[in-house]
Amino acid sequence: MSMREKIEQAAAAYPDQRSAIMPALVIAQKEHGHLPGPVLEEVADILGVERIWVYELATFYTLFHTEPVGMFHLQLCDNVSCMLCGSENLLKHMEGALGIRKGDTTADGLFTLSTVECLGACEMAPVMQVGDDYHGNLDVARLDALLESLRAGAGRVAGDEHASQPLPGE
Amino acid sequence: MFEPVLLKNIEASNGHLLSTYEAGGGYQALRKVLSENTPDEVVELVKQSNLRGRGGAGFPTGMKWSFVPKGADKPKYLCCNADEGEPGTFKDRIIMERDPHQLIEGLAVSGYAIGAETAYVYIRGEYVAAIRRLEQAIAEAHEKGYLGRSILGTDFNFTVHIHCGAGAYICGEETAMLESLEGKRAQPRLKPPFPAVAGLYASPTVINNVETLACVPHIVTRGAAWFRGIGPDKSPGPKLYCVSGQVKKPGLYELPMGIPLKELVEEHAGGPLPGRKIKAVIPGGVSAPVIPERGLEVGMDFDSLAAAGSMLGSAGVIVVDDSTCMVKVATRIIEFFHHESCGKCTPCREGLNWTVKVLRRIEAGEGVPGDLEQLDMLCKGIFGNTFCALGDGAAMGLRAALKHFREEFVAHIEEGRCPFH
Repeated sequence: MSMREKIEQAAAAYPDQRSAIMPALVIAQKEHGHLPGPVLEEVADILGVERIWVYELATFYTLFHTEPVGMFHLQLCDNVSCMLCGSENLLKHMEGALGIRKGDTTADGLFTLSTVECLGACEMAPVMQVGDDYHGNLDVARLDALLESLRAGAGRVAGDEHASQPLPGE
Repeated sequence: MFEPVLLKNIEASNGHLLSTYEAGGGYQALRKVLSENTPDEVVELVKQSNLRGRGGAGFPTGMKWSFVPKGADKPKYLCCNADEGEPGTFKDRIIMERDPHQLIEGLAVSGYAIGAETAYVYIRGEYVAAIRRLEQAIAEAHEKGYLGRSILGTDFNFTVHIHCGAGAYICGEETAMLESLEGKRAQPRLKPPFPAVAGLYASPTVINNVETLACVPHIVTRGAAWFRGIGPDKSPGPKLYCVSGQVKKPGLYELPMGIPLKELVEEHAGGPLPGRKIKAVIPGGVSAPVIPERGLEVGMDFDSLAAAGSMLGSAGVIVVDDSTCMVKVATRIIEFFHHESCGKCTPCREGLNWTVKVLRRIEAGEGVPGDLEQLDMLCKGIFGNTFCALGDGAAMGLRAALKHFREEFVAHIEEGRCPFH
């Protein structure tokens, strides 16, 4: 299905097209990786809504990215429960291991490192979301293993004949 | 012996499948109400059960339903608030991932009661696994005729749509969630009109939390008296408690409403980590004022916690031990509220900005005399003066930390450093 078809299908759930802007942005972001201006305009055109309506949502909600993010977006929770279970050390460790600061992307475009508010998985604190997956009960050793497996997965996607194989955790 | 009902399928490897749910008596409540009860009788049953909303506010669910005007021209909507964002809370995620049909049956029964044919489940975008499970479950329920047109051969039609949130804590506030569902920035609305009269698309709308809706089928099959027989009469029922932080066995526990916080933390959740002592517990997500160790005998229900100056909220129980600096905890909480402030009203947007600045400098050992008085003043300026409860929650949380652990704040300023570092 094309992006347009997916968006039109999602829009059928609502009596008002404006309600479909959020689901449309989710679809568009999956398609393009992030939401630059021309993509926002395309979404507005598909739904037949004001462009400002699309722009104001893309800049209000934190899961929408108007700037590019790395292939793997490391989203470490640093809210209270994760902080109490050691998320600060994990952040420092990742900053060292990746050679970037929180908020930055590695030069090879593989990793973007962010801290996020509560992921709603405090029973496995400290927890980090990467793409669609949650990784919990993290410590430095598990974190290193995770980063390693993500790098290996990235290699597979980039060049391997089994490119359609699911990434770890899928 | 208390028998868990909400979590009874949680450990099953296929708890998310319709076959598992049906084998445990699933969808019998829907069958029962469609064949035996009028919608008004279902509303009355839920009123009789004294079920109170599990999202945080504890409003009586049956009463909320009864505010929906009868025979309105406009379609009525049922919205499920599954935007679980209160730090320390993860109960709704686990229900949706592992037993999603419990929610779907709750939605269908509740939709029948209020006269809605359409439901939207507003679920936070991070919960990808829960979204997939719920999508599968909705498809399965459609195939089996529990959703869709002419459900179980009756004239009841009911459809459930999923709407994914995109990272805004404020959507836990019901009118902000409605704004978001309408495709706008999530900023709370002025009330009245209340959603029951003019909610989604200005139509009569009921908004209930996931756990609240999950209770409904059990009330139908087991009766209102059964529900009221668990825990305090004014605040009864089985309850999901999310325990996290510095505790031996963090996890989700289903226990009667009203059990002592001490029993929950020390017996069920295993107590403090080896060699540590519990210093304080946040009983209901970070909006709930912290309770020092000496207050842990309090019962975990809406009224007991309110009487103790805190609140049950979302029952996100965060355990803090004696290795932790309370100034740091308070700072992190206010940073959270500041980040999540929607920006609509000044006391919240600006007040929390100032509060964070003062707290950060105290924690960094750069606090100055007068800072605590300034924090007191900021709390006073925020509390009761904000558009919605977000600012109130922040101010209440900070006030409790300043009240119970003032000596830690004072030590930071006097020593010019954090005594815990």
